[in-house]
Amino acid sequence: MLEIKDLHVKLESEDKQILKGVTLQIGAGEVHAIMGPNGSGKSTLSYVLAGRDGYEVTEGSVRLEGADVLEMDPEERAAAGLFLAFQYPVEIPGVGNMTFLRTAVNAQRKARGEAEMSSTEFLKTIRARARELQIDAEMLKRPVNVGFSGGEKKRNEILQMAMLEPKMCVLDETDSGLDVDAMKLVSDGVNALRSAGRSFVVITHYQRLLDHIKPDFVHIMADGRIVKTGGPELALEVEHNGYAGIMAEVA
Amino acid sequence: MALPKLKADATAARIAALDLPEGAAWAQEARKDALVRVQAAGLPHRRDEYWRYTTPDSLNAAEAAEAAAFRPDEVPQFDGVDRLKVVFVDGVYDANQSDDLTLAGIEIERLQTASHADIHWARDLYGVLEQRGQTPVARTLATLNTAFATDGLVIRATGKAARPVSLIYLHRDKASDALLHHVVRVEPGADLTVLENGPAASRFSNVMEVDVADGGTFNHIRAQGRDHKRRAITHIFARLGHKSTFKSFTLTVNGVLTRNECVIELIGDDALAHVAGAAVGDGDFHHDDTVFVTHAGVNCESRQVFKKVLRNGATGVFQGKILVKAGAQKTDGYQISQALLLDDDAQFLAKPELEIYADDVACSHGSTTGAIDETALFYLRSRGVPRVEAQDMMVLSFLAEALAEIDDPDIAADLTDRLTAWLARHRRA
Repeated sequence: MLEIKDLHVKLESEDKQILKGVTLQIGAGEVHAIMGPNGSGKSTLSYVLAGRDGYEVTEGSVRLEGADVLEMDPEERAAAGLFLAFQYPVEIPGVGNMTFLRTAVNAQRKARGEAEMSSTEFLKTIRARARELQIDAEMLKRPVNVGFSGGEKKRNEILQMAMLEPKMCVLDETDSGLDVDAMKLVSDGVNALRSAGRSFVVITHYQRLLDHIKPDFVHIMADGRIVKTGGPELALEVEHNGYAGIMAEVA
Repeated sequence: MALPKLKADATAARIAALDLPEGAAWAQEARKDALVRVQAAGLPHRRDEYWRYTTPDSLNAAEAAEAAAFRPDEVPQFDGVDRLKVVFVDGVYDANQSDDLTLAGIEIERLQTASHADIHWARDLYGVLEQRGQTPVARTLATLNTAFATDGLVIRATGKAARPVSLIYLHRDKASDALLHHVVRVEPGADLTVLENGPAASRFSNVMEVDVADGGTFNHIRAQGRDHKRRAITHIFARLGHKSTFKSFTLTVNGVLTRNECVIELIGDDALAHVAGAAVGDGDFHHDDTVFVTHAGVNCESRQVFKKVLRNGATGVFQGKILVKAGAQKTDGYQISQALLLDDDAQFLAKPELEIYADDVACSHGSTTGAIDETALFYLRSRGVPRVEAQDMMVLSFLAEALAEIDDPDIAADLTDRLTAWLARHRRA
């Protein structure tokens, strides 16, 4: 599904290398967790995948089903099936949540040469998906993320993911700022979307989230590299020994 | 004190090009009085503090600069609104295109007709509110309008107007120079909505004096037309009684020069005044909102919300003042002026002012100038919305607070559609 090869990235504004050779192969239907201490480059990786400005890829490649992702604009990546759930979803006053989602869904369909979703179909789908995430009609009508609590914002990200039906989902610290109940709700939403044709990269600091979203692989990232890869048990090791223990082990 | 020679000459040249219209004694008196006031104060000069950011020369000139009339390619503004239509072509009332001037809840007639009546209620307002608005800052172009206005309407609302009165200003002649003057009296408890749309002329001077009596409601929505080369100087002078409501919203797209002045006096207690505007300009566009709100009553609320989207050499100006007089306790005053600059070649000049002589008030004001939020833009794009559309969404998002000042959802949707269309026409790849 997604193939990241020897990815080197530096900040455009300063001569600072953030990613120093990340290689990651994600097969269809797999769930990969990326854990790591603050400043290890996890969020940078997610932004570079989604195409945010301000980063310069100095080496390496990213391919989504064989297509060169780094050559695409953010909207092209989205249409190609890439989705980033933001760590800090952005508030957009004056743009209704529903209007925004409908524009996004249809823009992606148009870009893929598919027919637009009718308003009836859209309404029916969004209502069903929103219900599963306990998002009420009022929240759908409100401006995008404006006045939403931390948990509501994260649920809204998952709703967008559910509506856009991406192939490759990147979740950047979706658990941050969530209480136990909200984490369960968000995780259930993610799990409901797991399928043979859809892959996930779950970026998190804590093992907690991975109790709910069970990963196939766990990668530890440190100083811009993947330093260790294993199964779910690796997350437990982090929980028990901390990153320091693992770093000592790989050093 | 004698006027500086430059000012005196410019004023004399402008006056020489105009004729005082005929009328009954009271109207003649009001016009002559205005003429004397114009001669005493002189037309504005770019060295005047109040005209620092907007050069008045083209508004003062004896002749209007030419402006090609734009052929509308959209459905007419307010088309979906059930309204009483009154059409002016190049500043002249057009009976053929207008509806009959009869409407339940209001009395309406042409200024000409009213000013030929020996006794008329408009006598107490014509030029009167305009004159009240001359202190502390002179607004001589409005006084000039009082003296020489050739047409307009006088409207008295005695109950709830059955429909909005819709003033449609068509522009045909590329050298037209229009001076319209309207007088509106909203009687106690009455309710009137006035819509204005269109460029009116190559150069347009418009004065609207609005007296809202106790418990009255006046709503005003204006869209200033799409002609690129038009110029406009408009004034609203409003006086608000006890528990009255005044709301005004203006949409401006295009136009080389627009200055909209709004002077509001909250005289009675518990009155409310909201004035808002959204302006979008690309290229040769200068837009000035000059607002002066005076709180004299107790427990009144005023709100000014002005947003401008500028690019490619466009300039926005905001001069807004809230004056709270001694004794105007419990005043709630709010003022925000913001500009969104879409490139580095646009500017916004803002002069927000508060002057408060009462001690128990809540007044706030803010002014910002900024670019499109790149993080938000990326957020939209990451969901698949193409960059240009995402940018348009961000612009509408920026304007939303101003558009939210329009109470009628259909009218708000109509204006939003026009903004969306404008943005689509002005997209940059």
